[in-house]
Amino acid sequence: MSDATATAAVRERSSDDQFVLRWSSREALKHAVLIVGALIVLLPFYVMLSYSFKSPSEIMTNTGGLIGLQEPFRDDYCVKLGNAAEDCMVTPVIYNYTTAFGKAPLLRYLFNGAVVTASIFFIQVLIALPCAYALAKLKWWGREFVFSMVLFCLLIPVHAIALPLYIMLSKLGLTNSYAALVIPWTISVFGIFLMRQFFMTVPDDLIDAARMDGMNEFAIIWKVMLPTAVPALLAFAIFSVVAHWNDYFWPRIVITGNRELFTPPLGLREFKGDADGDNFGPMMATATIIVTPLIVAFLIAQRRFIEGITLSGMK
Amino acid sequence: MCWPNSNGARATVATITLTRISKSFGATRVLNDIDLDIQAGEFLTLVGPSGCGKSTLLRILAGLEEPNTGEVRIDGRTVNAVRAADRNLAMVFQSYALYPHLTVAENMMTPLRLRDLSWRERLPVAGPLLARAKHKSLRAQVEETARILEIEPLLQRKPGQLSGGQRQRVALGRAMVRKPVAFLMDEPLSNLDAALRVHMRSELAELHSDLGTTFVYVTHDQAEALTMSTRMAVMMDGDILQLDSPQAIYENPSDIRVAQFIGSPKINILPGDVDSDGRISVAGMTLARRVSAANRGAISVGLRPENLKLAKGSSAETIEGTLVYRENLGSDLYLHLAIGENIGRLIVRAAPHEASGLNVGDQVFVERLRGEAIFFGADGKRVGAAGLKSNGADAARAVA
Repeated sequence: MSDATATAAVRERSSDDQFVLRWSSREALKHAVLIVGALIVLLPFYVMLSYSFKSPSEIMTNTGGLIGLQEPFRDDYCVKLGNAAEDCMVTPVIYNYTTAFGKAPLLRYLFNGAVVTASIFFIQVLIALPCAYALAKLKWWGREFVFSMVLFCLLIPVHAIALPLYIMLSKLGLTNSYAALVIPWTISVFGIFLMRQFFMTVPDDLIDAARMDGMNEFAIIWKVMLPTAVPALLAFAIFSVVAHWNDYFWPRIVITGNRELFTPPLGLREFKGDADGDNFGPMMATATIIVTPLIVAFLIAQRRFIEGITLSGMK
Repeated sequence: MCWPNSNGARATVATITLTRISKSFGATRVLNDIDLDIQAGEFLTLVGPSGCGKSTLLRILAGLEEPNTGEVRIDGRTVNAVRAADRNLAMVFQSYALYPHLTVAENMMTPLRLRDLSWRERLPVAGPLLARAKHKSLRAQVEETARILEIEPLLQRKPGQLSGGQRQRVALGRAMVRKPVAFLMDEPLSNLDAALRVHMRSELAELHSDLGTTFVYVTHDQAEALTMSTRMAVMMDGDILQLDSPQAIYENPSDIRVAQFIGSPKINILPGDVDSDGRISVAGMTLARRVSAANRGAISVGLRPENLKLAKGSSAETIEGTLVYRENLGSDLYLHLAIGENIGRLIVRAAPHEASGLNVGDQVFVERLRGEAIFFGADGKRVGAAGLKSNGADAARAVA
């Protein structure tokens, strides 16, 4: 707790030029609120991580602290298959994670997730950058109207149009395919809006200079605007990838039979409501595996991500 | 710094002709039927207060903006329909407009790559292999320009790592490297600090005389226009008021707005009166020169600060005022005097030794130098060719 008190105090320069820590109840209150908020956000993750380490009995009785005692327990499923009870003793953490990968083709799901999110993001950028450029830097009749339509589209929740979209895709015979997972998301109005706001801050001189140098408008988009927009693009990448990597709703609708096309969140269902009841250990291990790539990516890109959000990429 | 002459192989100097150019943005008319002949190899400055249309005129010339009416001709060829890059002009922007993600060398290479290489030769890895000689020659051209501008050590840096002056040079280099038929400059010095700006003025003027290329330079700073240009066009409210050499414009402004805009400190404008004989009276004095009696009535008399001098004591030919401010420039002193109600302020140039004993609040007498006053009618136009000085013929032609 000493850390908390240190941050809750204000650093001040005293007259003899030394840093002293001074108690400030205002700052303390602020930090107290922030700490409570952080705990509420982190608690589900704590439970997820903790359950992924524990044996079923520890989960049921809620004992064992964070990582459990790691005492071997008997795997009933293994016994059922006719093995001797001694051979079926397993360590909880190993059992949970191997089951996660073994019982469901989790690697396949992760691969699907990567393909789908990467394709979605790639096509979104392909469409959003030219749109944003036209909205921010070109003058044409109806531009303000189109931009207001973009803003309007930001207000439409995806769930409202899910059914028409599904019907459309099924009439085209595209359900149960990567296309069904990717196509509905390729035009991101949020992406267009975000990039347009960023492009507004790029000086017109830069574009004029590129025109004088002989670039056409598309060359300007990909060779001048894209490189300067990397921070904003990264911010958009996080929004887009997080949303579609974690999406459970849409894959659940359009992927009806083929397990080969499941995305990681669908993989969680494998451990839900089996005949032998819920299997929380492997399920939480799966969840941990699913969120890890995102958290790692965020930590790596954290600084540029915040740069992009504040749209201060260029002077 | 020494600029070697550009190689004669591609010595291209363009005459540029603008005919009846007009431009409106919505309901706002920015340019009113501008006619402008830019001669080959001259340094022409478009100068005027912000919003006078000078930048728009330059952008129309560059091909970045379309005129509503009128014609742009480069070397006699109409280029209205030619896109900016194909007019072979180079532009230097106020914000330098360097590509932030490319190094200095890549920035300077860009216009050459786009002009001289096919798309296949521009490919990242295959390009240099396909056309080794071409790439080598482009690199050589960039290095040559960098050497002239003394920015060779910076070639591998990104613009973000450069100071303002260095970025300015790189922007200049990017313009020079393509050996354009004319350089267009849109207030290129206004982002530099004062000392560097003064230094760059002389460098640009030198660069112009060494390259021998046509320069079209836009600025709101009358000092830049006076120091660098061969000719300058004073623009206001979408019109060119006067086009002439800096000296002619300074000495013989054709319009009161030109007189007030050019020259620092500002010209003194005194209210005067013309009687039925054409005699001019101003501040209680009657001037020796006369104007045509057709100008009867109110008139404005312009006197530059250097056309006034301190007088020893009061006489019929002196104006009396209270010293309110001493503007000390070291070599010169400008004395700001408060005169009577209908005259207002008067600025007088004095040598430091003459004004050494004067303090703010003192009573000061000034007299005018004979034959230097210039007159403007009620409409702001110049009046009285009778009093024009030696190069009055030039000015008269310019006005006509």
